[in-house]
Amino acid sequence: MIQHLIVLPVIVPLVAGILLLYQRQGLIRYKRTVSVIATILMLLVAIGLVNMAIQGEIVYYALGDWQPPFGIVLVLDRLSALMLLLTALLAIGAVIYACAGDDEKGSNFHGLFQWQLLGINGAFLTGDLFNLFVFFEVLLLASYALLLHGGGKARIQASVHYVVLNLAGSSLFLIAVGILYGATGTLNMADMAQRLANLPAEREGLVTAGALMLLVVFGLKAAVVPLYFWLPRAYAAAPAPVAALFAIMTKVGIYAILRVYTLMFSDSAGTLAALEQSWIWWLALATLAVAGVGVIAARDLRLLVAYLVLISVGTLLAGVGIRSPEAISALLYYLVHTTLVTGGLFLLADMIGQQRGKAGTRIVKGRPMVQGGGLALLFFIGSIAVIGMPPLSGAIGKALVLNAAEGTQRLWLWPLLLLASLASLIALSRAGSTMFWRSQRGSLSGSVLPRRQWLGVIWLLSAAPLLVALAGPISAYTQATAEQLTNPQRLIDTLLPDAEEAL
Amino acid sequence: METLYAITTGVLTACGLYLTLRGRTFPVVVGLTLTSYAVNLFLFSMGGLTTDGAAIVHGDGRYADPLPQALVLTAIVIGFAMTAFVVILAMRARSEAGNDHVDGKKEDRE
Repeated sequence: MIQHLIVLPVIVPLVAGILLLYQRQGLIRYKRTVSVIATILMLLVAIGLVNMAIQGEIVYYALGDWQPPFGIVLVLDRLSALMLLLTALLAIGAVIYACAGDDEKGSNFHGLFQWQLLGINGAFLTGDLFNLFVFFEVLLLASYALLLHGGGKARIQASVHYVVLNLAGSSLFLIAVGILYGATGTLNMADMAQRLANLPAEREGLVTAGALMLLVVFGLKAAVVPLYFWLPRAYAAAPAPVAALFAIMTKVGIYAILRVYTLMFSDSAGTLAALEQSWIWWLALATLAVAGVGVIAARDLRLLVAYLVLISVGTLLAGVGIRSPEAISALLYYLVHTTLVTGGLFLLADMIGQQRGKAGTRIVKGRPMVQGGGLALLFFIGSIAVIGMPPLSGAIGKALVLNAAEGTQRLWLWPLLLLASLASLIALSRAGSTMFWRSQRGSLSGSVLPRRQWLGVIWLLSAAPLLVALAGPISAYTQATAEQLTNPQRLIDTLLPDAEEAL
Repeated sequence: METLYAITTGVLTACGLYLTLRGRTFPVVVGLTLTSYAVNLFLFSMGGLTTDGAAIVHGDGRYADPLPQALVLTAIVIGFAMTAFVVILAMRARSEAGNDHVDGKKEDRE
């Protein structure tokens, strides 16, 4: 049983999604139960997998018992275990929130939600480049439908852009995979890494083209400047629990960049080593600058949070661009923090919008809210965390990233990251004071919000103090992860033990 | 054969790209479809073009790489699903916005 644990993050949501296909009126309680149980089961599996990975050994699962490099493998190392746990934690918050009534606004919310998790989990686990494409498509197709959940003009307009861009991205992904396959003759990432080390010189141009095309695809998913234009509109238009779940989607892109380039283009790849680094570094800085301006300019709370996601993307990619073990460790800590907190903020923005009635999430004066006190407290905690002010987790995350930069990198990263944080400080304090303090006199607006919504938001936002309290063990884990990532030879040896003899 | 194949793929990609960049949803959908055809052809050719070769390694060493064929099959299936979805989405956008511009704008500046 224990060796099959690795495949469960893919199987559980798949089976749950199939169970949820059964359509009939009045089944909403059954659907909610199945969906919540499946998500909790996934959390338990993820905890089990982290326990397996924490020992430092890399384990793989050969589907159909076809051994690598011939079959498709699922690979579990510290990084994938961490991402699975993060996904499950985020999904629980989102699904509890959705059970308050958002799931009834369209059809089959829970089934699509589970399939989205299937795609995300699969992308984190797979060790095969083409299989990564397939899981990307699964998560994208589910996300298209989830983005449209509930309908409405804004959502459909945002979806058209999102879908068309991602379809173009998928085509590019296939071209890149095709080029890499043509040049190396394999699709298994570990095998490809090994073959790249002994690549004939005349194929280097081909591989460079393929690798940089992959960077474009992952950059589109991660929403890097200049490929981010779909993100603010799509995230601002999506239903709240979907937007919260989408907080992990940009991180799928960042995970893919980390995985592919640290494994395949590590120091052993000769002249091709770290070929993405300069691109990522400068694009990350540009993303930070643009996102800082966007945060200030946003006139709607949900749009503001979407730009906060963009700031986190810039910060994370800057860590990828530095490429040292310290930077990778720092960015992983920051990644956990930012995913949970921005997810919580999306949910919170929706609650504020519901309670303000006509004013919605626009940052304008409105009537005072019935539960203004509680919402304001949560907004305060979320803002402190996301800006990166002590004592919450954002401060530690950003300090770690800033500390990881060295030499001239500091000259670029420090001012840009600090200015972007200042921009979010200004924007969030303006939004908070307008919505909670500058309210007009008059009767209270809105009705009491369902308890499940509070539960979902508190679940996600409580990550901020918890990450500080557990900063020691978590950073020990991320440091070990970074160390594992910068020594890809161990992964290759695990997957292909015979390769040494063959050479 | 390689030249003809390369030219075909190139022309399809160029047409697909041009149509994808148009302002109306219908050309965009056709453009995406053309691009996916081009990508399928491209993928197919990445194992090398072999005529009259078995898809299994034979004694004489002449064989067609079977993996790209499997990849193309997967890509075609996914491409069909995506095309169906984007067509429906374009119809919905047309009925919600009242026009078929990708940005949902009324005025026509094309």
